[in-house]
Order: sequence, then structure tokens, then C-alpha cells
Amino acid sequence: MSEPPGATVTLPEAPTADEPPKPLTAQRVLPLRRPGRWLATAVMVVLVAQFVHGLISNPFYQWDRWGYWFLRPTILDGLLITLEVTAYSAVLGLIGGTLIAVARLSKSPVLRAVSWTYVWAFRSIPLIVVLIFLYNFSALYKTLSVGIPFGPAFFSFDESRLATDMVVAVVGLSLNEAAYAAEVVRGGILSVDQGQHEAAAALGLPKGYQFRKIVFPQALRSIIPNYVNQLIGLIKGTSLVFYVSLLDLFGSAQTMGSTYPGDIVPLLLVVTVWYLILTSVVSVVQFYVERYYARGATRSLPPTPLQKLRTGLTVLRARIRREAAV
Amino acid sequence: MTAKTAEALADVVAATVEVHDVHKWYGTHRVLDGVDLTVRPGEVTVILGPSGSGKSTLLRVINHLEKPEIGYVSINGEPIGVKRHGDRLKELSERAILTQRGRIGFVFQNFNLFPHLTVLDNVATAPVATGRLGRNEAQALAHELLGRVGLADKTGAYPRQLSGGQQQRVAIARALALRPGVILFDEPTSALDPELVGEVLAVIRDLASSGTTLVIVTHEIGFAREIADRVVFIDNGKIIEQGPPSEVLDNPQHERTRDFLGKVL
Repeated sequence: MSEPPGATVTLPEAPTADEPPKPLTAQRVLPLRRPGRWLATAVMVVLVAQFVHGLISNPFYQWDRWGYWFLRPTILDGLLITLEVTAYSAVLGLIGGTLIAVARLSKSPVLRAVSWTYVWAFRSIPLIVVLIFLYNFSALYKTLSVGIPFGPAFFSFDESRLATDMVVAVVGLSLNEAAYAAEVVRGGILSVDQGQHEAAAALGLPKGYQFRKIVFPQALRSIIPNYVNQLIGLIKGTSLVFYVSLLDLFGSAQTMGSTYPGDIVPLLLVVTVWYLILTSVVSVVQFYVERYYARGATRSLPPTPLQKLRTGLTVLRARIRREAAV
Repeated sequence: MTAKTAEALADVVAATVEVHDVHKWYGTHRVLDGVDLTVRPGEVTVILGPSGSGKSTLLRVINHLEKPEIGYVSINGEPIGVKRHGDRLKELSERAILTQRGRIGFVFQNFNLFPHLTVLDNVATAPVATGRLGRNEAQALAHELLGRVGLADKTGAYPRQLSGGQQQRVAIARALALRPGVILFDEPTSALDPELVGEVLAVIRDLASSGTTLVIVTHEIGFAREIADRVVFIDNGKIIEQGPPSEVLDNPQHERTRDFLGKVL
């Protein structure tokens, strides 16, 4: 790229004949000029400004109606349902996924085959199909009972009473989530160095202890970023529970939208902003959880934003002091 | 120091290691071909041999990280990983094997410290997890042992913050925490920078003089000559010759031993 006019490099502290040059350590290092970067920045600023201006000034978005809806009880109730379904499914999915991952890594060929088939099936079937299938499950199996397989039953449940919309939604999402979580957990476990398994075995640590205290904590370092990715997908995936008549965030907005058709756009924006907030919260939590499990993996922990700010200020202060001293 | 820690620190009874006609295959490749070896209590045995000769495998068979296809190993007369059942050998449960391993220390070439635990916890974990000591006693023991390997000031550090030599010394302290009757060293200095080898050898020398049974796979011929009671030379999965360093190293009888020593000395 050719130098734009006026960008010729001039040393502000260029030594003159009568003034002896300052020692190199006393001089500030002149930052490299990057005209390409400045140009790209300018273009981006214009584009962003245009976008924001459009968001604000276009009457189509009806921001006053957005303000009206954003904290309405119907929407907040929906948000609560979204959070509940996400929380249950995330926890159940992770527990189920861990069990399936352990089964997939076990030495038993039957466990391996069953867990592989589970993952294969639930990764293949669309979530919406699973949900609607479960919704109609009570028509297929009228009662559920606990007892001896193929023998007498000890307890029976009436399926239609057990399977509330919430249960159907959580079960459906968890089944789906477990299949993906299993692969995330399995990948994490495989990423732990073989030497760690050997060292744990050589010390005679009990099998369960080896997994819980030695292998799994190290696997978490690769599990967490992948699982959070999965979790964010899940938060959005919960919007499908609308189809099993559970009114989550999206469902509430959708219902309000059919009652007030003129407000569909602001309602969608309400939903969008709430999903953005949820994802942001998850990302912040992710940073700190990752930092916690990074103990020992790196020589020093990645700095928190506050620490970065402090470091920046300290460096700046030192630089100013030195420039003043020169 | 509590009574229990003192007990755990008390002198360990050095163990006898017997390898009985061990054969081991990796696929169709025969790694060990009928190895018989007896290591008397308190004896320091150094195993030498070209790479791929089976010396690491032999070490891993002794603590049953590898299962031999034929033959078995016994420590103080107790078979490892198997038990006598009439005139046959029966595989032991995983739990029983883990208990047996607690009596055999193992030090890896690549240290294999637990990176997510502090140095202190690396050493204190095994006595607690195997139910031998309470948490406080195990930590007191860990402090004691880390002092012995010269790392009393590193207890709070994580392994990756240490140099290779320091990590290997932590690994030795970790092996010592179970008070094993025998300690196996698998090329303990091969992953170290030359200037760090000395500090690890010094710790091993200290152990050798304390009377613990040691079996060491190493390429440090000078060190072998200095501390070994017996040198065992292995090639192609077979023991070629064995004896005191003055015989095997200085006056080898076998052509292959002379060949090998000629290359490394």
C-alpha cells in the first residue's frame, strides 16, 4: 500500500547539530503507521453509524412499543419459562451426556454400542420431531410403571398426569442435549494426556477418584468452551417448546403478536434483546469458569477485565513519568 | 508432626522383586522374551539396553501397568495383578491391583505430575485417596518429603511453574508419599536439560543410600557405575548379562553388551 500524503515519517526528537541525541532508552518507540487499518476503521465507522441511525430513525421498528413490551409480565413469565427449561435441560443433559460419554469409552462392547446408537439417533432426529413425538407419547404408552422387566410392576404412573408440558419440554430437550453433550465430554476426556491416566493408575488411586479428581477436572478445560457453545444453542433451542404449548419467551411474544398484529416487529425485537442479554451473561460466566479451570494449565492465569485495566493504567503511568523525567 | 505422619515416614521395609519368566507381545512383536530377574531388598539395580530393547516395558510389567502374556512378577513373594489359585494364576480385581500398586513407586520419564493440583496436593493426594492418611497428616507428610527433595518453598506452586528438574523431584516425592518398598524409575533424567540432571540424580542417590529397593532404567552410564549394586543389560527382550558394574560395565562378556557400551560411552 502506498503512503497517503502527510504520512511521511518525521522523527519529532530528531537530533540537531547543537543538541546531542538523547540516549535510546529515553526515547519513546514510535508506533508503526498502519494506513490500511485506518482506512478500514473509517469504513466500518460509517457503516455502523448508518446501521444505528437506521435502527433509531426507522419508524418500522416502533421503539416506543418495544419499551412498552420489554418488561411486560407476559414477557417476563415467558423469560422465566425459558430460563427454567434451559437450566433443567442443561443440567440433565450434561449429567446424561457424561454418563453416555463414559459408556462410549468403556471396555464393554454392549455399553459402547448402545451409547453410540443413542448419540447417532438423537443427533439425527430434529429436536422438533422429538418434542412433538413426546407430546403425543401418552397416546402410545398409557401408563409408565416401575417393576421387574417383563414381570410384575411395583408402581404405575398415569402418563397424562405425569407428562405436563414442562416435563415434555425438559425431557425432549435433555434427550437431545445429552447426545451432543456426550460428544463434548468424550472429546474432553480424550484430550487428557495418557500419562495422567498412567500416573493415577501407578499411584493406585481408586478408579472413581481417578476420574473425578484427576481426569475430569483436566477434561473440563476443553469441555467448558464447547459445552457453553452447546448451552447457547440450547437457550435458543428452547424457543421450540412453543410447539408443545409451553409459553416461553418466544412463545409469549408470538402469542402477543397474534393478538396485536401491529406489534410483531417490536415484540421480535424484545425477544432478540432478551436472548442477547442471556447469551452475554453466559459468556461472562464462561470467562470466569474457564479461568478457574485454567489453574495450573498455564503459567499465569488470563487477566480479568479489571486486572487488564489496572495493568494498562500502571504502564501508562510509568510511561508518563519517564517521559516527564527525560 | 502427628504420630500417624511419623509412622508413615518411618523407615520402609525394602521389598524383594522377582520377575518370573515374563513374555510380552505388542501385537505380533515380542517385546519381552522370557525375562527372569531377582532384585534383593535394598539393592539398586540399573537396567541398560538399546532403545526398543524392552527395558521400559519390563519396568511397566513390574507394577502391572502392562499385563504380561506369560509369566508373572512377585513382590515380597506376593504375585502382582494375579493370585495363585491351586496350580493356576487368576486375574485380580482392578481394585486389588490398585492396592498393590500403592506399594510400588513409579517415576515417569515425563514426570506426569497432575497439572491442575499444587505441588503439595500432587504429593498429598495418593495417601488421602487410598485411605492411608487423613488430609492433615498427608499434608504434613508432603511438606516433609518436599523438604527432603529440596522443594520446601515450592509447595504452593503449580507443576508448570517449575523447571523440569524440580518437577521430577516433586514426582519422586509423590512416589515416596505411599512409602513404597520398591521404586521404579523409567529414564528419570531423559527429558531434562543437561544442567538439571544432577539435582535429580542427587535425590536418587540419597534414596539409594537410605536402603530402599530401586530399579532404574537410565542411559546415565556414569551414574549407573556409581550407585548400582547390579547392572542388567537387556537386548531384544532378553537379559544378555547381569552383574556388578565392575563386571558388566568394565569387563563385559557378551559381544552385544560391548557393542552397546562402545556406542554410549
